[in-house]
Formats: sequence, structure tokens, C-alpha cells
Amino acid sequence: MSTIASSDAALTSELLDKYEAVIGIECHVELKTVSKMFCGCPNAFGGEPNTKVCPVCLALPGSLPVPNARAIEHMIRSGLAFGATIPAHSKFDRKNYFYPDMPKNYQISQYDMPLTVGGVVGYWLEDGSRGECRLTRIHLEEDTGKSTHASADGRLAGATSSLIDFNRAGVPLMECVGEPDLRSADEAVGFLETLARTFRELGVSDVKMEEGSLRCDANVSVRLRGAAEYGTKAEIKNMNSFRSVRRAIESEIARQIHVVESGGRVIQETRGWDETAGVTHSQRSKEEAHDYRYFPDPDLVPIDVTSDVVERVRATLPETPFARYVRYVDDYGLDSKRATQLVDDHVLAAWFDRAVAASGGKAQAVVAFVLGDLARLANESGTHLGDGKVTPEALAELVALTSSNAINSKAAKQVLEALWVDGGSAKAIVEREGLAQVSDRGAIAAIVDEILATNPSVVADYKAGKLNVMGFLTGQVMKASRGRANPTLAQELLKGKLGG
Amino acid sequence: MDPIHDSARAIARDVNARAVSAAEIAETLIPRAARVDAELGAYRELTPELMRAQARRVDQRIADGDRLALAGVPVAIKDNMCLIGTHTTAGSKILEGFTAPYTATAVQRLLDAGALPIGKTNLDEFAMGSSGENSAFEKTKNPYDLERVPGGSSAGSAASVAGYAATVSLGSDTGGSIREPAAFCNVVGFKPTYGRVSRYGLIAFASSLDQIGPFARSVEDAALTYDTIAGKDPLDATSIDRAVEATADGLRDDLRGVRVGLVKEFALDALDAATRACYESAYADLERLGAELVDVTLPTAEYGLATYYLIAPAECSSNLARFDGVRYGLRVDGADVGEMYERTRAAGFGPEVKRRILIGTYALSSGYYDAYYLKAQKARTRIGEDFARAFERCDVIASPAASSPAFRFNAKSDPVTMYLMDYYTIPGSLAGLPSLSIPCGSVVPEDGTRAMPLGLQLTSPLFTERALLGVAHAYERATLHAEKLALPEICTT
Repeated sequence: MSTIASSDAALTSELLDKYEAVIGIECHVELKTVSKMFCGCPNAFGGEPNTKVCPVCLALPGSLPVPNARAIEHMIRSGLAFGATIPAHSKFDRKNYFYPDMPKNYQISQYDMPLTVGGVVGYWLEDGSRGECRLTRIHLEEDTGKSTHASADGRLAGATSSLIDFNRAGVPLMECVGEPDLRSADEAVGFLETLARTFRELGVSDVKMEEGSLRCDANVSVRLRGAAEYGTKAEIKNMNSFRSVRRAIESEIARQIHVVESGGRVIQETRGWDETAGVTHSQRSKEEAHDYRYFPDPDLVPIDVTSDVVERVRATLPETPFARYVRYVDDYGLDSKRATQLVDDHVLAAWFDRAVAASGGKAQAVVAFVLGDLARLANESGTHLGDGKVTPEALAELVALTSSNAINSKAAKQVLEALWVDGGSAKAIVEREGLAQVSDRGAIAAIVDEILATNPSVVADYKAGKLNVMGFLTGQVMKASRGRANPTLAQELLKGKLGG
Repeated sequence: MDPIHDSARAIARDVNARAVSAAEIAETLIPRAARVDAELGAYRELTPELMRAQARRVDQRIADGDRLALAGVPVAIKDNMCLIGTHTTAGSKILEGFTAPYTATAVQRLLDAGALPIGKTNLDEFAMGSSGENSAFEKTKNPYDLERVPGGSSAGSAASVAGYAATVSLGSDTGGSIREPAAFCNVVGFKPTYGRVSRYGLIAFASSLDQIGPFARSVEDAALTYDTIAGKDPLDATSIDRAVEATADGLRDDLRGVRVGLVKEFALDALDAATRACYESAYADLERLGAELVDVTLPTAEYGLATYYLIAPAECSSNLARFDGVRYGLRVDGADVGEMYERTRAAGFGPEVKRRILIGTYALSSGYYDAYYLKAQKARTRIGEDFARAFERCDVIASPAASSPAFRFNAKSDPVTMYLMDYYTIPGSLAGLPSLSIPCGSVVPEDGTRAMPLGLQLTSPLFTERALLGVAHAYERATLHAEKLALPEICTT
């Protein structure tokens, strides 16, 4: 049997050009709420097994679910952030199948009337290119418990018994279903990253893939480039990080191209990603698929979402990370990397926005400080800019002082360090420390004369054509002025006096 | 003062007045219930220690100046309702040994009102049945003829009250499980509007139909019990947030101005002559009390049974999935988890439960859902609309509660014949309507020598419990049918 690794290695750029991958992502995101979806148990990661449980989330006889209103609001918030439609009527359905870590042996989910329909996720890639992926829907459901199998490798096969922790059972989970609009593993990751950033920004989830609060499946197919029909898809499961999403999709694309190239046919199936082996394994074919026997949950009443509620939620929506990214790049002219750095730290981005506003729009100058000296100072002190003493307004003042040449860049650094330690106003520090730049021609000319007089040999070198000594002479002028001389003016005067 | 035969109203009055203590009542009822239970098999479990502990609490509260609506009233609880610390089996082997770690809302409300829990009563497994014979444990007997069934599924709740082994009891009604045994046992059985009483802690059979309600020996006691348990519960999303009108103070003695509908499709032709005569006389009594009898039609009522036997099994197939041997109850080990499920469920569920799980699973299957489940839901809507139209012409609908008096054990081996027992009760269940059965006389069955009771079913529009119980009370006071039938000796001594 040929391994994926060999087929992967065999994939030439020619083959990659010949085929096009079509990818659709489905991801499950645990919602951040105080309590679980249908009971009052705490919704918190970890803890001693089976300590966050009650009759409802253990499915004891007679217990009944009561929906968590905050979770429903989180759904509306998430949908609106992507421009989805929020239908006036929605409902919960039961998805019936037996699994030991699912206490009721059905999952309360949403079948044909999800809370949000449609929407578009704009995303960007590291290189600054952008894309869009439509959402089919986002629906609300509940999480299962976690099984631990008592076998050597923790897998079900060979286990003599299994242990179940129901702490996670009943945690609110939203399932985002994306349209097959993605064409590469990079796009898939870009899409997922934007989803994750957005949910974090909205405050609806912590989106910690390592804690399982974001889990995703990828539907992958390949077709000849230019073909209108989709190829047969495989559903890839068990990807536990963005990195494994990228690797799994790349591996699966290569596998499918290899199958098609060798005259075979891709079959519709579920495949599990094996992180260690770096390959996907067949898990379940379409024929083995469950009949979930969905039907409306008779324990729950239909959900009516009034337009008042929608508008109230809409009014509290923050700017989405994608919109912020686009603003930084298109309006502020930031490069993609810096824009991403800011977007990924929404406290920093908010700080940055305040500073830009206070500076009258001098985004480039502000970002240079925020991601430069201020980031270094924060890093060195192990704190966050948002928690420090420097206010965005003080930075804006500093930007104004530098751009009007009231202080030079060296002084700016000193001011920043003083602001970092003491806070306060940039102007006050400039005055206190006497850092104002000297732009008075007469004063600087006097210093220039003095420097030229005390360095006759350097002057001779210059006149002999060694123009690079200008740097030394400028430095001497700056030193003599204790850093306050306007360096541009100093150079201009030096050149004039040297007859350059 | 006779705690065994007194009404709930009288007991509560006396306990509140400190004329008798709850403890004395408990000590009277505990041996009484045990003795009757030995004959009837009404209880799954008697709970004397809980009863005594509760009696002490009630006496303390009364001493502290509280007045409690059901102070010292002995109540029996159908064993599909959770009461903390009691075995709760739902009449099934699959829950044998399960101890409830929490208390159902309706039960808690009774306790809060001062009622004393005597025990948990026997039932058809998971409330699926019309005779009590589907209990995986003992067969409860009808106090009026120990060779006959008490009706089901709330078999023990009906028999215990009829046999004076409890003053009132709680049952649950999905398609007739309160009304039919009430009719068979000569007591009042009342199913409130769907959503009036919280289902939290009631082991689900068919969630969209299940409703808890009281059994009592009088309309007044049923009303008193209903008033205590009704009302919105934050733990049940389907319980209705709508003010509950007290019913116990709305009981009337005549029926002037009341329009009683007689349903064309519920014609009495199919009944045997004596039974038919009894119902005709009941309708005449209603008219004599001042009611106007009007003919109404429920054209879709004949589809009630078929509709019910799709919706109820569909919901049950999903509701009963949790009984899998993983977390509680019976577990029969297997080579892997799949085999463990199969063995556990094969050993734990009885034949009727298995039949309904299979029917329901089929009805929900991909490809059949539209033809069965969805169509049944549409029929259900139509049945509700038919009732609404009928209630434009009348205030309450009268009909038989069951098509015959209590039958002998093993008389109905064919499941469909058994299902037909609920012909009159099911349409009202599908429509979610408040409905009750009240004693309306008796007949001597062809295969017997003792007179067996019959029940008159009264059904009214959604949320009109107060009016319904008012009508029932007037009929009861004017006819006194329940008191005319002599109990077997065991139950009177």
C-alpha cells in the first residue's frame, strides 16, 4: 500500500496546477457562559471528573432541559457579526444516536431551523491576500462528556473498560457550517483563524483549541482545475490545532490527487487525521452513516427571536477583526504583519485606535511606537501596554512633538521611557528634562563653528573628499547640544560652512 | 375524625387546627396502607420513615404558626416520579434499584404544602398500558374486584385511593393513564391542561403528552391537590407561565347556563346495553342539573388512536434511549459497549415498551418521518382545531372515560384491543385539554357478579380547569355515585 507520505512527495507543482481542492469547514465552538446549555452546572474547563454535573446533564430519569438565554444571545451576536440572517423562529431538535459519553443518547441540536442562516466570513492570509467564505448556518447544541479508555494507548480498541467524565456534557456548543468556498489549506486556516479571532472579540468563546473549545472538521474534495462539478468529498476529523488542520488538508488533497491520478475513485467517507503518522485513515463510509432520526425536542418550546432583541444585540457589536484589519491596511496603510499583530491583541488594538484618534490620524507614527519601543518596554517589564502608565493621549502628544520637530527621535525615546515609568504628559516631560529640540539657526551655527574649529584634521579629510566624516561631525554637534539640536539643521549648517 | 376515610380537606383542616397531629395520621395510615397493599399490590414501595419524618416537619410548622393546604394529608406517588431517597422504577426492571437523588417539582409542592408521602405506586412499565398489567413487578388489583385490573397506567395511584390506602395520589396521564384507572376504580382522576403541572422529575414517556394530575375520592380533594401542584416551574421549559386560577373555591352545585357537548363520533352504540344506559342516565343527570345538552362533532377524533400511536412511541423511542446501563439502573455486561447496550435493554425492558420503542424508531426513520411522524403531527393539529370548533358551541364535552368497566386479568392479550381502551381519552390528550373522569354509576359485567364502576369523562377548553372542576363537582354532589358502590371488605375495615 502506498503511503500518503510517498504520494505527497510525488506531488509535483504540475499536478497541483492540474487539480483544484474544494474545502468546506465545519467547526464546533464551546460558548463562554456561566452555566451549561440546559442546566445550572458551571461551564468551566477541567476540574475533578464528574463534579460539575446534575440530574439534567447526567440525564437522570425525569430531568428536563431549560435553555440558557445567554447562549442564544451569543449565537445571535455571532451570526450578526458575519452578516447572517436571524430568523424570527427557531427550534431545538433531537439528534438520536447511542454513545456512552452522551448521557441522553440523543444530542439536543438544531436541524432545519437554526438560529442563524447565511453570512460571510472575510479572512486574510499571512501574505496579505484576502478571501471570503460563505456560512451556511450557525446552530446551537450541547457538548458531550469525555471518555477515557483503559487501554495502553488510551484508544477504545483493546480497552477493557472506559471512564467517563460528564463535566463537559451539556456545555453550550455552536456549530458553524461553512460553504465549500475554500481552495487551499492556507485559506482554510485563514478562515478558521478569522472565525476564532471574531468569536474572541465578540466575547462568545475563549476559542482554545488545546482545551477543545474549538474543534473542526474539513470536507475536502479535488477536481480538475476549471471543472464545474465538485469531486467526491471526504470528511476529515480529529484535527487539534491550526497546524494539524493545515497538514491534514494538505495530506488529504495529496492523497485524493494520487487516487485520481492512479485511475481510482475517491469514496465518500469520514477519515481521521493521525497527527503522528501525518496521514488520514478511513473511519466510516457513507453506508455506515447514522440515521439520526431528528425530530423537534418536545421538552423545549420553539425559540422566537424578536427584531427588538436582534437590534439590541446588533447595537452592542464591536468592530470585527476582519473589518479592523481592512481599516488598518487600507485606511492607515499598515503592512499586513503589523495590522495582524494589532488585530490579534484586541486590547492593544483598542489602545492603538485611541492613540491614532488622539494624534489626529497619524497611524504610521503611532504604530511605530506601539509595536516598537512600547512593545519592547512592555515586554521587558513583563506587562501589557494596556496595563501600563502610558496613556494613548500621552503617546499622541509625543507623536505631535516628533512630527513638528519639537523633539528629535533620540529625545522621543527618552520621553517614552519616562512616560513608561511615571506616566503623565509628554510635553511636561520634555519641559522637565529640557529635551526640546533646538532649531534656532544662530544657536546651532555657534556650536557648528566650535566643532569645526576643534576638529581641523576632520575638516581637512572632508575637503579632501572623505564625505562620510559628515556623520562624525553631526554627531559631535548633537553631543555638544546634549542631543537637542535639530539634526537636519545641523547637517545643513555643517555643509554650508564646509562649502559642500 | 377518621384519617383513613376523611377527605383531604377535612384532614388538613383538623391538622391545621391542631385537633390531630400529622404524626397521628401517619401512624394510622402506615399500618393501614401496608394491610391494604398486601391485598391490592398498589404500592411499589411504602415509605413509612419518610412519612414519619415529614409528619414531624409538618407538626413543627403547624406549631410555628404555618397553615398548610395539605397539612397531614397522606399522598401516594406514582412510581414514575422522583422523590429523593426513594426507589423510582417507573415499573421497569431497567430501573430496579435506582434511588432518586432529587424530587420532582409536583411532589415537592405537595410536601411543601404539608402532605405526607405514604409510598410509590405501581404502574404499567414506563406508563405504557391501560390495565397495570405491564408492570415488570406485581400486578395491582382492582379494589372492587380483586380478579380485575385497576386500569392503567396509574394503576396503584387509582387503587390506593380507592382502597383507602391513601387520601389522594398523583398519577400521570399521557393518553388516558389517569382517567381510565379512575373510572375503573370509582375515584376522581384529573388530567390538567398540558403544561399546567411541571413534568420535572416525572420519568418521561411521551414528553408532549405527559401530564401529572391527582386522584381523589372527591372533586373537592382533586381540586385542592391540583391547586397545590399547578403553576410555572423554571425547571420545565414546557410548563406554562400563566396565572393559575384556584379551583377549590370555584366548585358549584348546579349547572345552570352550562352547555354540555355530546360528541357525535363518541356515540354510545358500540357499548353494551347496561353501560350505555348508565351513560345515558349520566347525560340526563347533567341536563336535570340545568345544563343544556348540545350535539358537537369531532370529525378527526377517529384518527386519534392512530395519531397517538405514532407520536407517543416516537417520543418514547428517544426518551428511553438514556436507559443504557452506563450511568444507573440495570447493566448486563457484554463483550463491548454495543453488546452491553443490547443485553441491558433486552433484559431491562418488557415487551410493550420494546414494541413502542420499535414503532417509534421506525416512525422517525429517514424516509418514513414525513409519512408517519410529520403526518401524525398534522393530524394532531387538526384534532385540536376540531375541539376548538366544538367548544364554540359548548363549555364542556361529556363522554365515557373508557369503553367498558374494569376487565379481568389477561383478558386483553392483543395490544390493539388494549389500545382501544383509550379511545375516548386520547383525542383530548392530543389536544392538551384539561379532562377528568368522575364516577357515574356501575354495571355488573357479563363475566362477573360484582358491580363495577364506570367513569364519566368531562373535557373542557385549555386552561379552564376551574370551570371543569366546577361542573364535575355539581354532578358529583347531585349524584353521589362514588358513595353508592360498596367496597370489598378489606378496604372498609
